Amino acid sequence: MMLSKGLKRKREEEEEEKESLAVDAWWLDPGHPAVAQAPPAVASSSLFDLSVLKLHHSLRQSEPDLRHLVLVVNTLRRIQASMAPTAALPPVPSPPAAPGVADNLLASSDAALSASMASLLEDLSHIEGLSQAPQPLADEGPPGRPTGGASPGLGALDLLGPATGCLLDDGFEGLFEDIDTSMYDSELWAPASEGLKPGPEDGPGKEEAPELDEAELDYLMDVLVGTQALERPPGPGR
Amino acid sequence: MFLKFSLRSMFYGAGGGNDIQWCFSQVKGAVDDDVAEADIISTVEFNHSGELLATGDKGGRVVIFQQEQENKIQSHSRGEYNVYSTFQSHEPEFDYLKSLEIEEKINKIRWLPQKNAAQFLLSTNDKTIKLWKISERDKRPEGYNLKEEDGRYRDPTTVTTLRVPVFRPMDLMVEASPRRIFANAHTYHINSISINSDYETYLSADDLRINLWHLEITDRSFNIVDIKPANMEELTEVITAAEFHPNSCNTFVYSSSKGTIRLCDMRASALCDRHSKLFEEPEDPSNRSFFSEIISSISDVKFSHSGRYMMTRDYLSVKIWDLNMENRPVETYQVHEYLRSKLCSLYENDCIFDKFECCWNGSDSVVMTGSYNNFFRMFDRNTKRDITLEASRENNKPRTVLKPRKVCASGKRKKDEISVDSLDFNKKILHTAWHPKENIIAVATTNNLYIFQDKVN
Repeated sequence: MMLSKGLKRKREEEEEEKESLAVDAWWLDPGHPAVAQAPPAVASSSLFDLSVLKLHHSLRQSEPDLRHLVLVVNTLRRIQASMAPTAALPPVPSPPAAPGVADNLLASSDAALSASMASLLEDLSHIEGLSQAPQPLADEGPPGRPTGGASPGLGALDLLGPATGCLLDDGFEGLFEDIDTSMYDSELWAPASEGLKPGPEDGPGKEEAPELDEAELDYLMDVLVGTQALERPPGPGR
Repeated sequence: MFLKFSLRSMFYGAGGGNDIQWCFSQVKGAVDDDVAEADIISTVEFNHSGELLATGDKGGRVVIFQQEQENKIQSHSRGEYNVYSTFQSHEPEFDYLKSLEIEEKINKIRWLPQKNAAQFLLSTNDKTIKLWKISERDKRPEGYNLKEEDGRYRDPTTVTTLRVPVFRPMDLMVEASPRRIFANAHTYHINSISINSDYETYLSADDLRINLWHLEITDRSFNIVDIKPANMEELTEVITAAEFHPNSCNTFVYSSSKGTIRLCDMRASALCDRHSKLFEEPEDPSNRSFFSEIISSISDVKFSHSGRYMMTRDYLSVKIWDLNMENRPVETYQVHEYLRSKLCSLYENDCIFDKFECCWNGSDSVVMTGSYNNFFRMFDRNTKRDITLEASRENNKPRTVLKPRKVCASGKRKKDEISVDSLDFNKKILHTAWHPKENIIAVATTNNLYIFQDKVN
C-alpha cells in the first residue's frame, strides 16, 4: 500500500544517506572519547530519524508490540527534547485532532495510542530540518482513505481501520498504482484542488518551510473539523 | 580428597558456581543451521522434582523430556533426559473482531506440584492459558466378549456368558490432554504466568493488566492490577513480568519497562494498583544516554527459592534485591558491560529490545543468565566469581568439561578471547533453567536445547 511504498523508498534513501553520514556516526566508534562520557546535549538527526522509522514500523504492525512501542516513543521524546528544547514546541503528547476518540471495542487502545503517536509525530515534523520524517498527517486524511494497519486515529476511521483495512488495502494499491508516490511522502492528505501551496510538486518535504501559512492552517482546520464530524459519538456511560 | 570436597560444599553451599566443572551432557534439536521458525524455543522449565523438563516453541508445541532413573552406584553421570511427551499446546488463531492473527508461540510454561500420578502444567501463548494433564498409561483392559475382533458388537443372542475384562500390560503411552482453557481475559499480550503457593490460584500478566485465576474456574478471573491509563496517549510504561512469592500466597511482584518492581499484597485491597513496595535504583548519572530507559527495562523477575530475595534482569545486568530494601539492589552483576558502548548499533538492529531471562540454582547461591554468541553467564553470590560458557555443538562429547570463554572489550585481544565485534548477535540465549536440586542446567539456543551437568567424581 502506498504508505509502505513511501516508507520503503525512504528506507533506501536512509541507507544511502547513512554512508555519507559516516563522519556523523561518532557513537558507533568505541574509540571516540565522547562515547565514554555522557552523550552530548543534542542527538544527531540520524538517531532521530531512525527512531521515527522504528516508530512507524511498530505502528504499522497489525498488533504492535506495546513494550517496543512505548520504549521507542519514550526514547524519541528524549531525543526530541534534546534537539529542540525551546518553547516553540507544543507539549508532548497533546492531541490536537482526536479528543473524542471513543474507547470502543474494535480498535480501542490501539487507535487511541496511534492517535497520540500521530499527534506526536505531527509536532515533531514541524522541527526545522527534520521534515524527512514521514508526514503523519495521513492519519487525519479525509474519510474513505484508511491508512491501514493500526494507524487510523479517529473514531469514524476505526471501523475502516484494523477490521477492514486489509480489504481496502488491495483496493487502494490498485487505485494509486500509477501515481508518483513522492506526492504521498510529503502531503498525503492534500488534494490538488484546494488552493494549497504546491508543496508536493517540489519533491520530498525537505524543502518545505517548517511554518504553515494561514491558508494551510485554515485548510487543516477544515479537514480536522470535517473528519471530526464523522466520528462516532461516544457511547452511553462514557 | 573426599573430605576437602565436602568441606567446600558445606562452606559454599551445594551450588558453588566455580567449584563446579560444567560438562556437556546432551543437545536436543535439529543439527542444520537453517532454523525452521516453528522450532525456535521460546520457554524452558524444569518441574518441581527436576525429573521432567519442558520446552515450548514458536510453533505452539510442548516437548517434555524425562530424566531416566540412573543406577546411582555405577553411573558417572546423572540420568539422561529423553523425550517423554510431545503435544500441540496452542494453534494459531484468528481474532475476527480485530482482524488479527494470534500467534501460537508458547510464551511460558509453569508446572504444578505433583499431587497424584499425573503431571499438570500451565502453558500460555499471547492470549490463552491452558492447563494440561500429562498421564501415563501402561495397561489396558482386555477380554471384552461383547465385541468381535474388528470391534463390531456381537449379536446379543449369541452371547451366553459375560466375561469381566482384565487389565493387561501394554507399551507405555504418555497422553497429554487439555483440562482447562482460560481464555478471553487479556486484551494485550501475556508475558507471564505464575502459580500461587496455595496451589489453587495463579496469575497471568499482560502489558497492562494482571489477572488472578482459580485453577478450577475458567469462565472468570479477577483483575488485580491495571496500569492502563484512562487516556492511552498517556501510556509510558508497561508490565514486563510478574511472579507470586514462593511462600507468601498474598504477595506478588511485577516489573516494568521503566526498571521498577512493585510488590503487592492482595490483602490490602482487591485491586492492587497501589503497591506495598516499590523497588527502583536511581540512575547512574555517568551512564546516562538516550538508551537509558530501554536498557533499564526489566525482562525477567524471579524470586529466590527462599523467598528472601528477588532477581531482576535488565539489558546489561542482573540485580539481586533484598525484599526489605527498596532503594537499591544488594548485588549487581554485569552480564556484558562491553555492550554499553555499542548501544546505538544494538538499537538500530533491535537487539537492545531482546528479553533475557534469568534463574537461580537450587540453593540460591548461584544465578545464571544468557547473552549473545550462544554465551551464558553464571555468578556465584558467595565467591563473587563469575564464568562465561558457550552452548555449542563443538564441545559435544559427554563429560567434556566446558572451557570458560572471555570477551575482549577493547585493546589487544588475547589468544582464545573473542572481540566484541566478532560476536554473533543472532545467536542469543534468552531462556535458561536450573534443576531445582542438582547441578543440571538446560540452556536454549535458537532451536537447540543443551543440557549440562557438573562433573561427578
